[in-house]
Amino acid sequence: MTAAMAETKKILLAHGGGGQLADELIRKTILARLGEKRPEGLEDSAKINLSSKSICFTTDSYVVKPLFFNGGDIGKLAVCGTLNDLAVAGAIPVALSLSFIIETGLEIDILEKIIDSIAKTARQNNVHIVTGDTKTVDAGQADKIFINTAGIGIRLKTADLGFDKIKPGDKIILSGSIGDHGITILSERQDIKFQTTLKSDCAAVSGLTSKILTGTTGVRFMRDPTRGGLAATLNEICRQTGLDIEIKQSQIPVKPAVQAAADMLGFDVLEIANEGKFVAVVSPACAEKVLRICKKHPLGKKAKIIGQITGASDTPLVEMETIIGGRRIVQMPYGRELPRIC
Amino acid sequence: MLERIYKAQTIMANACKKLGRQINIMEVCGTHTVSIFRNGIRWTLPDGLNLLSGPGCPVCVTDQAYIDAILSLAQRDDCLIATYGDMIRVPGKGGSLETDAFKNNVRIVLSSEDALQLARDNKEKIVVFVAVGFETTAPATAVAVKEASKENIDNFCILCGHKLVVPAMETLLSGKNDKIDGFLCPGHVSTIIGYGAFENIAKQYRRPCVVAGFEPMQIIEGLAEICRQLAEGESSVKSVYTAAVCEKGNQKAQKIIKDCFDHAQGRWRGLGNIDKSTLKLKKQYSRFDAYIRFGIDPLAKSDESGCRCGDVLCGLIKPADCPLFAKDCTPTKPVGPCMVSSEGTCAAYYKYERRK
Repeated sequence: MTAAMAETKKILLAHGGGGQLADELIRKTILARLGEKRPEGLEDSAKINLSSKSICFTTDSYVVKPLFFNGGDIGKLAVCGTLNDLAVAGAIPVALSLSFIIETGLEIDILEKIIDSIAKTARQNNVHIVTGDTKTVDAGQADKIFINTAGIGIRLKTADLGFDKIKPGDKIILSGSIGDHGITILSERQDIKFQTTLKSDCAAVSGLTSKILTGTTGVRFMRDPTRGGLAATLNEICRQTGLDIEIKQSQIPVKPAVQAAADMLGFDVLEIANEGKFVAVVSPACAEKVLRICKKHPLGKKAKIIGQITGASDTPLVEMETIIGGRRIVQMPYGRELPRIC
Repeated sequence: MLERIYKAQTIMANACKKLGRQINIMEVCGTHTVSIFRNGIRWTLPDGLNLLSGPGCPVCVTDQAYIDAILSLAQRDDCLIATYGDMIRVPGKGGSLETDAFKNNVRIVLSSEDALQLARDNKEKIVVFVAVGFETTAPATAVAVKEASKENIDNFCILCGHKLVVPAMETLLSGKNDKIDGFLCPGHVSTIIGYGAFENIAKQYRRPCVVAGFEPMQIIEGLAEICRQLAEGESSVKSVYTAAVCEKGNQKAQKIIKDCFDHAQGRWRGLGNIDKSTLKLKKQYSRFDAYIRFGIDPLAKSDESGCRCGDVLCGLIKPADCPLFAKDCTPTKPVGPCMVSSEGTCAAYYKYERRK
């Protein structure tokens, strides 16, 4: 292979320059692999016909390192993460945007793998990628590839969610085991090998949340406990509602390998990021029904009622009854996050 | 498990009743402190049993002058500071290593080996490894120094802040804090030094010493064993961490430490100067000694920061008794090291104790 040929296998600054190379990259590498049907000329905006006036709109950027990890990759994460933000707002995802910031020198092979993963995840979740952008930057100005996605979803008529809907006595449901994503990323970054294989939980929960919201009334609020983990999500609920929360450690599912790795690395598993889980605050009357719906779905098999909203308080706190019958507060994690996990 | 907890609780309650006074047990190790809080263990103990957190968090026991020495080295253009993450936010004169001014001169490393690699990769800089920790981290530092010597990596040196656990415990008992009735001895350190190392404390100072691991059940049973000994007028060394700790410890690691370091007088936060309590590089490795290389006095005195971390470390006060606690000193704006380190007593109280 000549040096020139080898060069073309990598992203060049010109790939983001709006010229011929850029056009080729967009048409041959990105659009072809995404497999989206679209008009001949690439227009500046996507036109979308929506069946409802009540929509949800969200955006998120993804900078995870490493790009590929057990259970997912930055592409899958970029689709799932945004779908989950729509899902927990009570929306059915319709369309996504997809933007890349790529560091010069990234192998096109790697980009192709990421795009294939994006395409697969989008297809599996019935969502279309309708618009996008590609920029390239000099070596050292970005770390391989950053992705931004934005998403539009149609809000389910039955979804009437918000912090203001939460009442004392409401139950807190967690859709499955915690810490899987954060611990997987962290151990791969630090090249720590455990006997049991750790796997990120990266997945879109929109299928399950829409089943819950169409199957029951009484869901007050939902959130996906990503950065800051379950601890951050519960503390946010506490802060926004002024209500105390009580949870039971014995009811919180944690995989033994995740717990062992967290202990070894000195982390509290409650503060570790998840990428395929949600917390739902529901009325006591519908809690069991929500749990039944969860357990029938592959992403909610391990769902549990982990606690409840107790009462109003001047200094609202999240308190946990520990496995040995002790008590402790669960605090908002300090801002210094584990480096770049989503 | 509940049955075991109940049994331990009964032993502890009976000991409190029999002695007719408060029992004060010090957990020496920061990891114990965190586990005690994280698992809500204090909540399960009888009222008469008081836990004191000891000088077992490596970040917390480092003296202010040591922190200031690192900060002054971080200001030099020819130095690259390699440090464990815990040290990065400890405040000293003019800020901490986290301060923007130092960001190009400071690297977080996960091991002494990473620090040595930094030296290999940055020949134009002198890499100063902030070598802190007890007997657990000292062997790894020793290995890095030996490698540096073998490969002649002359741009590598260490600012040795390694400390020894037993001399600190003895200093506490020699007048600093005579309230301590017994010690829950550190699990990690004991894997290296062996539980036999606490024999003198049990015999000479007549304080029960029990080595425990970090599972809540181990901690509770360790505390119960100390209470049992106190109730029966015993003082001996026991280990409930049988899976990892033996009497003589890890002799290979001990030898590596011995090959590389001498025992020397050292300065501790709260405890002052203690004889033979720190590790100092042997003469043959003095070219890797940052104290010598940069002319830093390891026993230099420093200005007090106004916080009472020292008293907290000696078990003399609880964090809430410090006037700065949770007011001027919080994890986001720490004044003293006990609020910085994830294993610090003040940080644990702040994070896990109910403050209604």
